[in-house]
Amino acid sequence: MEMLHSIFVSPFIEMGAYPDFFLQVVWEGFVAGVLYSLIALGFVLIYKASGVFNFAQGIMVVFAALALVSLHGMGVPAWLAVILALGIMGLLAIGVERLVLRKLVNQHDAILLMATIGLTLVLKGVGQLLFGGEPKPMITEELGLPTGSTDWEVFDGIVIFQHIDIAATVVALLMVLALALFFSKTRIGRALRAVADDHQAALSVGISLHQIWAIVWFASGIVALVTGIMWGARSEVSFALEIIALKALAVLILGGFTSIPGAIVGGLIIGIGEKLFEVYWGALFGSGVEAWFAYVLALIFLLFRPQGLFGERIIERV
Amino acid sequence: MFYREAGQFKTSYAADQALLPIRQDRIGLGLILLVAFVAVPLLASDFFIGSIMIPFLVFTLAAVGLNILTGYAGQLSLGTGAFMGVGAYACYKLTTYFPDINILFMVLLSGIFSAAVGVVFGLPSLRIKGLYLAITTLAAQFFLEWCFIRIGWLYNYNDSGAIEVPQRKLFDIAITGASASPTVRYLVIVSLVALMTLVAANVLRGRIGRSWMMIRDMDIAAELMGVRPLYAKLSAFAFSSYYCGVAGALMVFFWIGSAEAEAFDINHSLLVLFMVIIGGMGSLLGCFMGAAFIWILPIAIRAVPQMLGLDVIAATTEHVSNIIIGVLIIFFLIVEPHGLARLWQIGKEKLRTWPFPYSSN
Repeated sequence: MEMLHSIFVSPFIEMGAYPDFFLQVVWEGFVAGVLYSLIALGFVLIYKASGVFNFAQGIMVVFAALALVSLHGMGVPAWLAVILALGIMGLLAIGVERLVLRKLVNQHDAILLMATIGLTLVLKGVGQLLFGGEPKPMITEELGLPTGSTDWEVFDGIVIFQHIDIAATVVALLMVLALALFFSKTRIGRALRAVADDHQAALSVGISLHQIWAIVWFASGIVALVTGIMWGARSEVSFALEIIALKALAVLILGGFTSIPGAIVGGLIIGIGEKLFEVYWGALFGSGVEAWFAYVLALIFLLFRPQGLFGERIIERV
Repeated sequence: MFYREAGQFKTSYAADQALLPIRQDRIGLGLILLVAFVAVPLLASDFFIGSIMIPFLVFTLAAVGLNILTGYAGQLSLGTGAFMGVGAYACYKLTTYFPDINILFMVLLSGIFSAAVGVVFGLPSLRIKGLYLAITTLAAQFFLEWCFIRIGWLYNYNDSGAIEVPQRKLFDIAITGASASPTVRYLVIVSLVALMTLVAANVLRGRIGRSWMMIRDMDIAAELMGVRPLYAKLSAFAFSSYYCGVAGALMVFFWIGSAEAEAFDINHSLLVLFMVIIGGMGSLLGCFMGAAFIWILPIAIRAVPQMLGLDVIAATTEHVSNIIIGVLIIFFLIVEPHGLARLWQIGKEKLRTWPFPYSSN
C-alpha cells in the first residue's frame, strides 16, 4: 500500500507542491532531450540514405569536438578551428565512403553495424592518440556562445535558465530547419530523399550513390560537431560522452529509424521522462536509474508499437 | 592430395548421421583434443595457460552462446555481457548458500538463471526484429549492469561491491580460489567447453536447431511451415543465455577470480559480438577462431614494441592496438564477411584438389 502510494500518489503531490522545481526538472530534461535528438538526428540521416546503422555517431561527436578544442589549443583562432574541424569531418566522410561503405554494399545489417563498431575503435584510438584521453573544457566564449544564467520568477520560486541551454535549443532548432530546407529545396537534398526511398530507382535516374553517401556522412559530421560543441559547453569534452550517446539508440527506437521528426520528439520524450523519473521515482529504485530508463521505456514502447512513433508501417511479404 | 574423402563409403545410417563424416576431420579433431588435453597442460607455461588459453576458452563458450542466438536463430543481441554477468552472480549466490555442493554443478546450474533472464529479455523478439531488437537487448545490458551495482544482496553487501571466489575442491584438488593452479583450472574449463560444444553441435543439427535456422532464414515462411516462433525464438534466447551464463560463471570462478559490475559492461558484449562476426556467423568452428583471433591479437600487438626493444608508453600501445583492431575488423568484413570459418572452408575446398587444381578430381 505504501509502495503504491509512493509510486502513484506522492510524486504527484510533490510536483504540485513545488511547481517551480518541477519546471526546472522539465527544463533540464528538455535540454538533455534536445542533445539526444541531435545525436539521433545524425543516426537517422545516415540510416535513411545508406541503410547503415552508424554505431560510430557517438564517437564522431567526441572526435569532432576534440578536434575543434585541440586545434584552438594549438593557437588557431576559433572561427578557423570550426572550419578546420568541419574539414576534418568532411575528410572522414569521404574516407569512410571510399574505404568502408563502397566495399560493403549489399551486406547484411549486422555486418554493416560491425563495420561501424570497427570504425568506432579506430576513431577512439586516433582521437586518444592525437588529442589525448583527458577531458577538455569546450571553448565556449571564444565561439561567441553565451554563458551565465537568467532566473525566472514563477509560482513563488525561481527557475534557472542557463544561457548556453537556451542557445543549444535555438541552434538545434535552426539546424533542423536548415536540414528540412536542404532536403526539400535543394537538388542534392532531393537526390538524398530519392536514395532514401529506393536505391535502385535512384541509381537508374543517374544519382551517384557514392557521392550521396559521402554527403550524408558529412552532414552527420556537421550535426556531430554542433552536438559536440553544445554538449561540451554544458559539461566538458571527454570520451565518456560516447556511452551517453548510446542513449540516442533508445531515442531512435522510440521515433523510428527513418524519421527526423521521430528523432526529435523521441529525444524530448526520453530526455524529459528520464529526468522526471530520476527525480521523482528514482528514490524507489536507488539512484542511477538514468542509466537504463531510456532503454526500458523504449523496450516497453516497442511491445505496443513496433515501428516506433513515426516509423513507416512494417509490411512483410514472403 | 591428403584431404580427400574418396574411398570412404558410408555403409550404415549411423555413419551417414555422424558429426564428422570425413576421416581426416576425425583425425584432425583427435589431434586437437590431444594437444588441448595433454600437450598444453604438460608443456605450456603458466602465463600461456592463465592469460591466453583460459580467457580464450571462456570467450569461446560465450561466443558459442551468442552465435546460437545471432548466427543460428538470427536474433542480433548486444546484451551478452549482462547475461554472462547473471551467470556469474547466480553462481556466486549459489555457492554462498550451498557451500558444500560441487562447484561444477553450481556453474552448470547458474546458467539456468541466466537462461530465465534471457527469456524475459527475449520477449520483445516476438514483435520486433533486426536492429530494433539489437537495441532492446541494450536495455538488458544497462538494466542488469545497474542491478549488479545497486542490489547489494547480489554481492552479499560486501564493501568492495565485487564478487570474490571462495576456494572449492574437486577430488581434494583446489579448482577455484587463489591457490588453484592455472593448469587445474584450465583442465576444468577445457573439459566443460569441449562437452558443451558437443552438446551445442548436436542440438543445432537436431529438431530445435533446424527450427532456429528456419526462423533465421525467413520467419514468416517458417511459421507457415509449422515452426512456432514463440517457442523457437524463446528457446534460442534461453539456450544462448544458458551458454553465456555458464561462460560468465567460468570467467569469474576459473579465470579472473573476482569481478565487479564493470567486468560485464557494454564493451564486453561488443567483444563477444566481434568474435562471432570475425569467426563466422552460424559456425561453431568460427567461435573458436574468432575468440582466438580477437583475444590473442591485442596481446600480440602489445608484445611487438617490447620485442623490438622500443620504449613506448602503455597508453600509446593501447590506442594503437585499438586502431589496428578496428582497421583489421573492417578489413576482414570487407575481405570475407562470412568470417574466418568461411576462409577455412575455402581452404579445405582448395586442399581437396591440391596439388592439381585443374584436374577433375
